[in-house]
Amino acid sequence: MLKYVSRRIVVSIIILVLISATVFIIFNYLPFDPARLSCGKHCTPEIISGNRHRLGLDVNWWVQWWRFLEGIFVGRDYGEGAALIHCGAPAFGYSFTQHACVTTLLGQALPVTVSLAIGAFIMWLVLGVTLGVISARFRNTWIDRLSTVFVLIGTSLPTFISGLLLLLFIVLKFNLISPLDLGTWHSPLTDPWGWFSSYFWPWLSLALIYAATYTRFTRSNVIETSSEDFIRTARAKGLSERKVLWKHTLRPALAPILTIAGLDFAGLLGGAIITEQIFQLPGLGRLTLQAVLQDYDLPIIVATTTLAAAFVVIANLVVDLAYALLDPRIRIS
Amino acid sequence: MSNLLDVKALNVTFPTVDGEVRASVDLNFSLNRGETLAIVGESGSGKSVSSLAIMGLHNRARTVISGEVIHHGTQGSTELISASDETVRKLRGKEMAMIFQDPMSSLHPYYSIGSQISEAWAIHNDGSKRDGMKRAIEMLDLVEIPSAAKRAHEFPHQFSGGMRQRAMIAMALVNNPSLLIADEPTTALDVTVQAQVLQLLQNMQKEFNMGVILITHDLGVVAEFADRVNVMYAGKIVETAGVEDLYYRSMHPYTIGLLRSIPRVDQIDNHRLDAIKGAPPSLINLPMACSFAPRCEYSSLVTGGLCTQSQPELEQKSAEHFARCFLPAERIAEVRS
Repeated sequence: MLKYVSRRIVVSIIILVLISATVFIIFNYLPFDPARLSCGKHCTPEIISGNRHRLGLDVNWWVQWWRFLEGIFVGRDYGEGAALIHCGAPAFGYSFTQHACVTTLLGQALPVTVSLAIGAFIMWLVLGVTLGVISARFRNTWIDRLSTVFVLIGTSLPTFISGLLLLLFIVLKFNLISPLDLGTWHSPLTDPWGWFSSYFWPWLSLALIYAATYTRFTRSNVIETSSEDFIRTARAKGLSERKVLWKHTLRPALAPILTIAGLDFAGLLGGAIITEQIFQLPGLGRLTLQAVLQDYDLPIIVATTTLAAAFVVIANLVVDLAYALLDPRIRIS
Repeated sequence: MSNLLDVKALNVTFPTVDGEVRASVDLNFSLNRGETLAIVGESGSGKSVSSLAIMGLHNRARTVISGEVIHHGTQGSTELISASDETVRKLRGKEMAMIFQDPMSSLHPYYSIGSQISEAWAIHNDGSKRDGMKRAIEMLDLVEIPSAAKRAHEFPHQFSGGMRQRAMIAMALVNNPSLLIADEPTTALDVTVQAQVLQLLQNMQKEFNMGVILITHDLGVVAEFADRVNVMYAGKIVETAGVEDLYYRSMHPYTIGLLRSIPRVDQIDNHRLDAIKGAPPSLINLPMACSFAPRCEYSSLVTGGLCTQSQPELEQKSAEHFARCFLPAERIAEVRS
């Protein structure tokens, strides 16, 4: 078990290192020049080469990449003389468009994205699984059909539609959040209600589309498990229908859903670009989007991409371990 | 031997979009305590369907069941078809138990063998978890699982095929039922362990004085363990007799065909194994005729094309011997030899 986990961790680190290298390579071959872009209107070759040196772009991509890796462990200095800026370890780079250490920017964006992801995750899991179990239990009745309608609406409304509809016709129309207050950070520790009310609608917008998929998935898993031989055995023992459902059907039916849920959650932690943009939430998705749109801010792009990948890699490991706890047939070695 | 089960005019029908599937038609039989009744027939002949109906394991919304199944238990008799779901549920696992064909898929993969047996006990008895586990270990001991106390905590996938079926038997018998339905209990097992499992079943039957309904298509198993045999074809009983009568004095062409299709060690010449030609009919919209007539070698012996014009009834051919065939007993005896 310990051996398995440590092996998986080593593999995960290798994957992350390779991903960061890939981002550097891609960036290196893109047909634009951040040094030129950061130069402004009155530009001379001298300013450009000066900028290039300041941005650390005057060396090969593998040297840049090596400096990046080094910075994570020992921190990095940018600029020279009086303009020297130090980013302490773990340093993921320095953004010259936002004039801040990337680690600081990540530290500001992460709580926003985590808040968004956790709430949406709980919402869609509760909604999707409950609805799925109910419609499997009462399949082919009006309850099941009603849930099918929900699933159809949920899956066919992308977040950029449902988010906008919620924002325009509920949040702003009924003045639930003042437009000026959109995106203001309320800490769940000091202002739990402010936190909850500012995230409720983004959660709902994200949860709708996921919940619809999970409803369908849960329904079909529960129905499939109900036709297993061991469910017939459970009935043959004289178990009540309630116990057959709760004790014998749900555990095997929901185990694969846990796997998908873990990965979906990790995906969201990497930033929900559309939802964050609509509700003006300054999370990782928005940070990435801005970095891409404004001057191709490589340090931010590398950091957010690697971070998103790290979430997925960690979630994979956690999900595998959790599945082994749920299903005794899976042994970890 | 006291009467344990009476099945009267049992019909099981599945309504489908293509029409009604009459999976089991007008079934009549009874079973005594301590007796083994074998139900023999090929796949789709209605063997399992009728036993699931006895256990009340069909989905009532999708199955139409009529007739009577009267169970004479220790606490009086119950008619199971008209009884409430709750009444039947309380008898299930306590008075009547069932074991299934594939013990791997019939045991829950997520729970230990011991906890599954202990659960079966706890449904019908008051007692702590520890009592249940103790009982489970006793049962595993009884079905000859080595170091039962240790293995009770293992999971089905850690057991061999034969062991799993032993565990299923232990689970079925944990509440000392009066009726055990064994639905092809050895089909999914290695040949080497089949005999052991059957021997175990027989020992358990003596120990608990149970009535056993043994569903199988293995006529060798039947010869060894059954007292009486129902041969089913296309949802109907076509022949019912004591096991010796059935083997030595078969009265239905289908039974004769089945017995001829068994390879025999004493047949030394290069004789091709007899097979019954054709395939069983679809159970939707069966014609008003003998269901076996299209495959029957002897239908030409019946005058006036009777076989294809009307349905034969289950006729008494000798004392305890009934067959659903127009041919008189003497004629069958002639063609059999």
